Amino acid sequence: MSSQASRRGAWLAWVVQALLVLAVVAGAAWVVNHALEVLRARGVRSGFDFLAEPAGFSISEGWLDFDASQPFWRAFLAGLVNTVRASVPAAIFSVVLGTLIGIGRLAPHVLLRGICTAYVELLRNVPLLVQLLMLAFAIANLLPDPTEPVRLLPGVWLSKGGLSVPWPASGEGGGWWPTHLEWPERGDFGVSGGAALSPEYVTIVAGLSFYSAAFVAEIVRAGILSVPQGQVLAGQALGLAPVQQLRIVILPQALRVIVPSLTNQLLSLVKNSSLAVAVGYPELVSVANTTIGSNGRAFECIAIIMAVYLLLSLLISFGMNRYNARVALRGWR
Amino acid sequence: MRNAAQGPVAWRSELWGSPLRVLATVLLLALLAWGGFHAIEWGVLHAVFRPDAEACRAVQHGACWGVVAEKWRPMLFGRFPYEEQWRPAIAVAVLSAVTVLSAWPRSWRWWLAPLWLAALLLFVLLMRGGVAGLAPVPTSRWGGLPLTIGLAVVGLALAFPLALLLALGRRSGWPVVRTLSASYIELVRGVPLISVLFMASFLLPLLWPAGWQPDVLVRVLAGLTLFVAAYLAEIIRGGLQAVPRGQTEAAMALGFGRWPVQRDIVLPQALRLVVPALTNSVVGTLKDTSLVTVVGLFELTGALGLALGGDPTWRPFYLEGYLFIAAVYWLLCFGLSRYSVWLERRLGEGAR
Repeated sequence: MSSQASRRGAWLAWVVQALLVLAVVAGAAWVVNHALEVLRARGVRSGFDFLAEPAGFSISEGWLDFDASQPFWRAFLAGLVNTVRASVPAAIFSVVLGTLIGIGRLAPHVLLRGICTAYVELLRNVPLLVQLLMLAFAIANLLPDPTEPVRLLPGVWLSKGGLSVPWPASGEGGGWWPTHLEWPERGDFGVSGGAALSPEYVTIVAGLSFYSAAFVAEIVRAGILSVPQGQVLAGQALGLAPVQQLRIVILPQALRVIVPSLTNQLLSLVKNSSLAVAVGYPELVSVANTTIGSNGRAFECIAIIMAVYLLLSLLISFGMNRYNARVALRGWR
Repeated sequence: MRNAAQGPVAWRSELWGSPLRVLATVLLLALLAWGGFHAIEWGVLHAVFRPDAEACRAVQHGACWGVVAEKWRPMLFGRFPYEEQWRPAIAVAVLSAVTVLSAWPRSWRWWLAPLWLAALLLFVLLMRGGVAGLAPVPTSRWGGLPLTIGLAVVGLALAFPLALLLALGRRSGWPVVRTLSASYIELVRGVPLISVLFMASFLLPLLWPAGWQPDVLVRVLAGLTLFVAAYLAEIIRGGLQAVPRGQTEAAMALGFGRWPVQRDIVLPQALRLVVPALTNSVVGTLKDTSLVTVVGLFELTGALGLALGGDPTWRPFYLEGYLFIAAVYWLLCFGLSRYSVWLERRLGEGAR
């Protein structure tokens, strides 16, 4: 290609790209403008000013107390806190359970392998929403009444009213710092003390954990299989016990394959926590849905959801990339 | 860690090879026997299979499969008019037949595209009616399995060309195109599907003139398509990156232009590489369609709520209903994922 022709090509490329930018900007402007016009024609107010108005609905649970007289922005904050409150335990449980199952799928024991494979194939081929609804129904209908809870472990009680677990508490007149573990106790009217987790919370955390664990298991298995067989044999030759082989030889190398996929899995776990809207746990999407129902500010609410999830995604990617940089091979790209 | 040896001989030493193994085996067998016994007792021995609500309520610790026997039609076809339900049944059968046919790599020929187009047309005609003496059925009454499969298939079919453009755009030499494609992909992948569906169902109507509202099915399909396209684009991009640079350079040296290189050299190789990953995202999309029940469409998950929620006689037996639709989803998704494994092996053989 002559230099003149390539210069003409470059010039053309810039013209086309400039036109493309114009088209995108004009399209976006038209969409926003038209939507605002339609809203005005229907007499719907728009804008983010509603965030300062009292919400008019209350949120039953969470770390942030929230009642109907408080403004909308606090409702969204409580929703976000509830999203984190559900996602973080679910992430921890799913990574632990998924790692165990992933290792179990490669265990030198055919029964164990079979059970772990069955778990993965059963859980990951049914939609999370169906599993959550099933779990919610089972908790609400099949468990005993709150006055007759079942004891799962010492200090752990389960009933239609949810799950009670021991929780750190501060003593009489104590400060912020917990001084002792408070154990739930069974009384005539149900279980009191400790941390009382609502049935909705139990549903979303358990459902997310079990579902994501199946995917984490596959990631862990693929990571372990990516370590060359020679490494394992070398470990055996050095006389390492199976657990030592796993800890010293296999896992550090497998992590390099595992961490990037695990990042994606955690991202999808946080996004999947939005399904809590279907089981009545008041997280961000659920709060936004209630807000749209009460004042019709759909555009604003969806913009808030998207912005918050994008921010969460960025934070998780950033954190996991830092961790990945630690486990990655030095000087290897 | 890993045992290359397989088969009953290896299993025997795995199970009974050492005292520790014997202990583990006995414990696991006891667990399996306990779980299996309870499952069979609940699901088979004490279960009621007749559609008899009285018998179901009388039985303790037993499943009521009668709810499936009684309600399988509203569960599978939603609110579609009862006498016309043969239509969605045939529609699903047609789509399934074409899917099975296109699963076979030997049928990957040019005629597959018009065949799919014809099948989709037939699907819509059967569902909508209004021609050839079929009574018209509004989309608000579509539901159940046909809606689940239809949403997944049409959503994927519409998303694929968009994803192809996005993937090529993200690798384009033009910075503006690259930035736009990358921003779109990352934006959509960063938000949950449910927010995209909310957007489609609340915001799309604002773009239409007042008085004429787009059908809720069309809106949801648009949202699903835009969402799925971002994920497909990343899969296709992975395939594009895996095609060696030498292929492009060789084609350029032979005098291929910019587009012919992509169309005739890079894409055929890239798409072949990503077929298993694409199959996995078909599974994902199939599962994701369950979310449309949140914005008021009654696909398989929503149809169950319709079938049982309004009926106090059968409402107590939701669990059996959930197990039934879970089994339907499981058969579809497990079948597809097995197919993906088979395909990966088969395509791998060809490459070696």
